[in-house]
Amino acid sequence: MLTLPNERGRFGMFGGKFVPETLMRPLADIEQQLHEALADPSFHAEYMRHLYEYSGRPTALTFAKNLTERLGGAKMYLKREDLNHTGAHKINNAIGQALLARRMGKRKIIAETGAGQHGVAAATVAARFGMECKVFMGEEDVKRQALNVFRMKLLGAQVIPVTSGNRTLKDATNEAIRYWVEHCDDHFYMIGSVVGPHPYPMMVREFQRIIGEEAREQMLKAEGKLPHTIIACVGGGSNAIGMFHPFLDDDVECIGVEAAGKGVHTTEHAATITKGTKGVIHGSLTYVLQDEHGQITEPYSISAGLDYPGVGPEHAYLAHIGRVRYESVTDEEAIAALQMTAEMEGIIPAIESAHALAKAFQIAPLRSSNEIILVCLSGRGDKDVQTVMNYLEGDGQK
Amino acid sequence: MKHFIPFIVAGDPCEEATIDLAIALEQTGATMLELGVPYSDPLADGPIIQRAASRALKNGMTLTKALTLIGQMRKKGVKIPIIVFTYYNPVLQLGEERFFALAQQNGASGVLIPDLPFEESEHMRTLGETYDIPYISLVAPTSDERIAMIASKAQSFLYCVSSLGVTGVRDSLPTKLHEFLQQVKSYSRVPVVVGFGISTAEQVERLQHVCDGIVIGSAIVQKIEQLQDELNDVHTRQEALRVFSQYVASLIEPLKMRVRKNESETTTKTTKTVSTGQTD
Repeated sequence: MLTLPNERGRFGMFGGKFVPETLMRPLADIEQQLHEALADPSFHAEYMRHLYEYSGRPTALTFAKNLTERLGGAKMYLKREDLNHTGAHKINNAIGQALLARRMGKRKIIAETGAGQHGVAAATVAARFGMECKVFMGEEDVKRQALNVFRMKLLGAQVIPVTSGNRTLKDATNEAIRYWVEHCDDHFYMIGSVVGPHPYPMMVREFQRIIGEEAREQMLKAEGKLPHTIIACVGGGSNAIGMFHPFLDDDVECIGVEAAGKGVHTTEHAATITKGTKGVIHGSLTYVLQDEHGQITEPYSISAGLDYPGVGPEHAYLAHIGRVRYESVTDEEAIAALQMTAEMEGIIPAIESAHALAKAFQIAPLRSSNEIILVCLSGRGDKDVQTVMNYLEGDGQK
Repeated sequence: MKHFIPFIVAGDPCEEATIDLAIALEQTGATMLELGVPYSDPLADGPIIQRAASRALKNGMTLTKALTLIGQMRKKGVKIPIIVFTYYNPVLQLGEERFFALAQQNGASGVLIPDLPFEESEHMRTLGETYDIPYISLVAPTSDERIAMIASKAQSFLYCVSSLGVTGVRDSLPTKLHEFLQQVKSYSRVPVVVGFGISTAEQVERLQHVCDGIVIGSAIVQKIEQLQDELNDVHTRQEALRVFSQYVASLIEPLKMRVRKNESETTTKTTKTVSTGQTD
């Protein structure tokens, strides 16, 4: 399982490279350079140095004492990716890809973003490494996330509003890929999740594995054993893969939590594995939300980071073989979990991460106090305060 | 003879108009037709064809309907080869075998899938042979050492993407384009056509000497967009088709001049290759 993808970029039947011919050579170049970089101890050392000296790793493993007592079941630990520089796990991958881009002699970065977290991470590393950065963002998201747009501009990035389709993450990704097709000779496309054509799902996973590797070590130190259950939210699925991957060969239950939006029985959700079917999106064969004619449909979630109609192909594979269980949590349940975590632990999680927390809160009371649940708290909720306020004041409950 | 291969989107601006546009294009001198199937996420297309796809999707166009439209074109007497241009996902949902069966049933002459590169297309190529519907391969300016591999399996013709980037109307084409086309021709056993960005008679004039055919998409689709209201209305459609044909004729004037010059040459080998699906 740890050796996937194969040389064709497949995780079982999932993954691959479904892109215009123009991108085949740029992808092959990235793949070759990535393999060389990953085998080069000095590349790894530099990646780790930036994670530790710049992003503030290792991130803490926090025992959620109050939540554990309140829920009255399994012990709950939180892997605190919210404590990273820029406030989420996205920076791990952005640093890795920026180092690879530099190694390849590319000084121009393209990125797509939904809520703006990956856009901010890309803009941040571009500033740090002296690179040019263009961030494609759906016009609708530009409006919803004005603060992050301004952050990116402060960091010196150019934010390009995308007006095609529904003007959200899917469309921003389409436009970033189109721009890349035209400028692949001197631009590096920094994808923010474990999606896209091979080698991106593998590359982003390798740059997010640090989450699970650290958590594993910290857990053994704190408790002398591995957790029984690990829970992480899944949009594209980068924090989840990063968290799960180092535990996949262990006897550890892994649960990925998708966004159920207003409920998986409605059309307003982003529960791709739960409700989707096999299809191709953004260069990869995976589960997709689509109609019977193969047209991609628009997802919905209160969380912009989970509001995506596809999912990383490795998640599709892990679901298919039954190694990871995928469940879903509604807007309402996520917001309630966010409030409870804020009130009881003094941590305001991102709405994305609150989906994982909500699932953990449902499971913990059913488990014995000998068991340990480890939750990936992928990002902090500062960016979401306005959304939560609107929701609680009734806007989101219409 | 040089090929003129126009591209239109099925269902843009409406089904009836698409059939009439196909007839008009054949009469104007098209030697093949590329019929685009609208898709929600067309990665290889620029804004003009994206908008056309949105219009067609709003009208309820689907892959199955687009294939049926070819059948209707055949009934109305369209003889030129019709190549289905579709993204992969709709084919995957319809089922690859079913797609080829329907394509064959409706008289399609080839299929081109812009997001299914060589490495992922083996199954489709094999099915294409079974159903006698050639799978058209693309080569791009970045293909380099891939050209030989792709050309070795090319069926019916090879489609050269003129420049880096998506479909669209371009003022200028890359300076290295001639060199690229020569390189592709040196590997290819089948005719080599060029597309992406070609939108003026001047570009057609310059390119016709270094390739076997020219694909014009966005420029034609843009004209359809300008005429969409008139094309939608049965009372004004004929006049709109006349204006459209005039525009298309002006685009390909350089090719026609050449056709007139070579009128004595009777060979239409490449057309036959496509319609019968032979690989060489």
